[in-house]
Amino acid sequence: MTQQGVRWTADQVLALAPDSTSRKAGSKLGAAGPWSGTGSSPEGAVWGLCEGGGGASYRTVVDTAGGAGPAYECSCPSRKSPCKHALGLLLLWSGGEGAPPAGRAPDWAERWLAGRGRTAEERAAGRAGSASGPADPEGARRRAERRAERITAGATELEERLADLLRSGLATAERSGHGLWEETAARMVDAQAPGLAARVRELGSVPASGPGWPARLLEECALLHLLDRGWLHRERLPDGLAATVRARVGLPSSPVGPPVRDHWLVLAQYDTPDQKLTTRRIWLYGTESGRTALLLSYGAAGRAPELTLPVGLALDAELTAHAGAGQRRASLGEQFAPPAPTDTRPAGVTTTEAAARYGEALVHDPWQESVPVTLAAVVPTPAGDSWQLADAEGDTALPFTPAAASRPGLWRLVALSGGAPVRVFGECGHRGFTPLTAWPAGEGAAVRLC
Amino acid sequence: MNTADPSSPAPLWEELVGAALLGTDRRTPAGTAPGRTAPAALLDAAAAETVRRRAGLRPGPAAPLPEPAAEDPRPALPAAAARRLHLLLAGRPGAGGGGRRGTAPDLMELLPQWLTAVNARGFAAPAESLPALLEAARGRTDLRLAALEFAGPRALWLARLNPDWRFALRATPGGGGTLPGPADTRRVEALWREGLFAERVALLASIRFRDADAARELLAATWPTERAEDRLMFLDSLRTGLNARDEPFLEQALADRSRNVRATAAELLSALPDSALAARMAVRAGACVAVDHTGDTPTLLVEAPHECDAGMERDGVSAKAPPGRGERSWWFGQLVEAAPLAIWPARLGGRGPERIVALPVADDWLGELHAAWCRAAVRQRDADWSRALLGPPSAPGAGGPGAVSLAERAKLLGTLPVAERAEWVAGFIAAHGLSEAFQLLGVCAVPWATPLGRSVVDALNIARDAGSYPWSFSGVMGLAERCLDPAEANRLDALLAVPDEPEDASPGAGGYWAEAFQRLGRTLRLRAVMTEELGPREPAAGEPEEGPP
Repeated sequence: MTQQGVRWTADQVLALAPDSTSRKAGSKLGAAGPWSGTGSSPEGAVWGLCEGGGGASYRTVVDTAGGAGPAYECSCPSRKSPCKHALGLLLLWSGGEGAPPAGRAPDWAERWLAGRGRTAEERAAGRAGSASGPADPEGARRRAERRAERITAGATELEERLADLLRSGLATAERSGHGLWEETAARMVDAQAPGLAARVRELGSVPASGPGWPARLLEECALLHLLDRGWLHRERLPDGLAATVRARVGLPSSPVGPPVRDHWLVLAQYDTPDQKLTTRRIWLYGTESGRTALLLSYGAAGRAPELTLPVGLALDAELTAHAGAGQRRASLGEQFAPPAPTDTRPAGVTTTEAAARYGEALVHDPWQESVPVTLAAVVPTPAGDSWQLADAEGDTALPFTPAAASRPGLWRLVALSGGAPVRVFGECGHRGFTPLTAWPAGEGAAVRLC
Repeated sequence: MNTADPSSPAPLWEELVGAALLGTDRRTPAGTAPGRTAPAALLDAAAAETVRRRAGLRPGPAAPLPEPAAEDPRPALPAAAARRLHLLLAGRPGAGGGGRRGTAPDLMELLPQWLTAVNARGFAAPAESLPALLEAARGRTDLRLAALEFAGPRALWLARLNPDWRFALRATPGGGGTLPGPADTRRVEALWREGLFAERVALLASIRFRDADAARELLAATWPTERAEDRLMFLDSLRTGLNARDEPFLEQALADRSRNVRATAAELLSALPDSALAARMAVRAGACVAVDHTGDTPTLLVEAPHECDAGMERDGVSAKAPPGRGERSWWFGQLVEAAPLAIWPARLGGRGPERIVALPVADDWLGELHAAWCRAAVRQRDADWSRALLGPPSAPGAGGPGAVSLAERAKLLGTLPVAERAEWVAGFIAAHGLSEAFQLLGVCAVPWATPLGRSVVDALNIARDAGSYPWSFSGVMGLAERCLDPAEANRLDALLAVPDEPEDASPGAGGYWAEAFQRLGRTLRLRAVMTEELGPREPAAGEPEEGPP
């Protein structure tokens, strides 16, 4: 594979930035200006020296072909990762101008790269070793039991609170405001059931969500009740559903299935920032298996999650699915080659088939908000105050979710379409469709919408 | 989405919501037992119903599909240039955050030039970049025309869907193919009759661009019924393609009720040297200036008008002088400005412009007379008179204050051929340095001709040696980054080193200069790369490579 073949676009590089400030600062460094001694290796390493303010010079090295996305090392004092120097270096590498020439890494870069190689080997060795099970199986079992008991206590308490609410009526929820729910959510955090806590917190925002809120609040209360009941009677559920309930309650799920090797097309990557945590979702599509999988990665507030896979590239790698019927979460295993550009696009369906897929998914996981779906040929169409995706052939359409209709990606999608059918990957659920990536009607690369 | 299952007992869900809202203490849904278990029973039923409703969702009916955007026949941007566009658009203003500029090129400053270059090569913008391009064009009016040209027909299609981008519909000359052409009389008349003001202005401008007479006839047909401020805007559109056939209409507009309309009509007529108005002004102006041969050297005598009569007012002379100006000199200036320059050689003893300008002028009228000639030369785009009024660039007065201000010089330079302009400014810089050259550099074609570029770099070098700080020249430095020929980058290498600081120099200036020259060199190299990314171009004869900055 040539160096040119694996280079990313500027857009893909800028997607790595932890925040907009870094994006801007990185853009400014993406020209040959402040750089010297730059170089790159066929294995996907890039390095260079960047002049900082006050005469300082920073050593920056990026491994673009790391097992879990790119890794960065920079001698600057920034606590952001990647720092602006790493972003600038990658931009330099992605653009044509002053691109780092192929060559041998200087000693300082080589030491870090070699260190990384070792860690990866150790990690692989560790994985192989861990197959024999934890060192203290009895202790682990006892800890798991204690946690299950606490969750059971939490779920029981939550059931009582829901019963109280229904007995006195949802109208009282509107009056009691956020405080009631915040307190209950805190109780669920104490009960070590973060999944329940998150759902309870969501309940608090429903009464202020506009017309029709009582029906939505009843839906969410009912599904929460269903989850409590599922947990309390999990031993009577089929294995798959029981695993789904465990994951929904907030127990960590772990990869169980055999690893599946495929050429995984990166369909979408987006972050949902929280006060404490940034969650990154990466959707992958197996170009041979046709499977869609979700990788999750987390970063502390202000830091980008470590795993980064640029949209539009494909990687030859193994994925291992997590337990749970209808769950799409997977873990990234071994990567056999750096991510490379591809012309492959995911197979697509009609809007009717997309809605049916969501319905089918609920059978295995009734708490599912949405499912990943590619619409084969749809036209973004204005409909009243909002937008919809209408089948190019046929007369049905999926509405945008309210959030999706107010994002700048909407206009990129409309521009890409120009009134002609496009292929759109996104999440389809009961609130509507959230477009994440689109491909033009003719030739052309994937366009990020999120 | 719709819940469209016809067999769904919809009332059940409504009943559940009603009971939940009131509370099971007050209402128990049918089929469930009252008492302690009622809430759980209600939640069970609601859970089943929620999942059932969600699982039964179907797509809704589609709204009418939007009409597809017009085809853009232009070739796609090369991949490297498309990546560059992303970078340029990401470097929004404010990214710098003030303070020192460092040595990195300012990408946003390069966007206008890049747009001019892609437009010269006729590339189409990548569709997904259109929203960012429209946003850039919205924020910066200086970018607007070039950005919209590059964005092409699909951007106008988008602008019709997003009220934030309506400006694009107004700003595009010719409407980007969306306005009816002169031949499409039915649509033209309908739009001219019923369109919004902005649409009508755009329509008139677009027709004027293609068929000057048709536009004037369209305007004349409804002229008496238009509002005064609209008449002013419409009249202004006749500047494009102004010709002798417009004269009768403009003469008629001289009698307009609105003073501003009258003044604009008079200004347009005076730019037509053969018009009756120009002839009337020639007589009036000619009567004010004469050569006096009684002294040792021939001298110009000025006799300013004693009154502003009705005829002068009708021909657009503004009677009321601004505060602080004498009425007679105010009228005189307007007469000379509107009179055809061609009358003066015959009137002043067969002398050419150069000799006329060289004549002494009696009684302090020189400034007034020369300023009026400058305005006339610009209005009539007369290179001979401009040359004469500019004088040699090395003349001691050229550095100011002089009879002709720098702003007027810049306008005069605009009437000269491109090469001559650059040569004059190079000469000016060589003689007077950089501090006054900024405005003059702004009217020179980009990239700067070799002698001009060298004189700027030499002058910057001299300023450095003189020990001043580079930010005293930040305006010129910024222009140089955008306008210097990238081929000159190598000549800067000698200037990059931090020099030893002489005792009398400003502290640290050497380092700042080195930094400024580094940024200049890097920007020039970046510009060269950006141009390369666009691929070769067939140059049109006599056209500068890129437009003004």
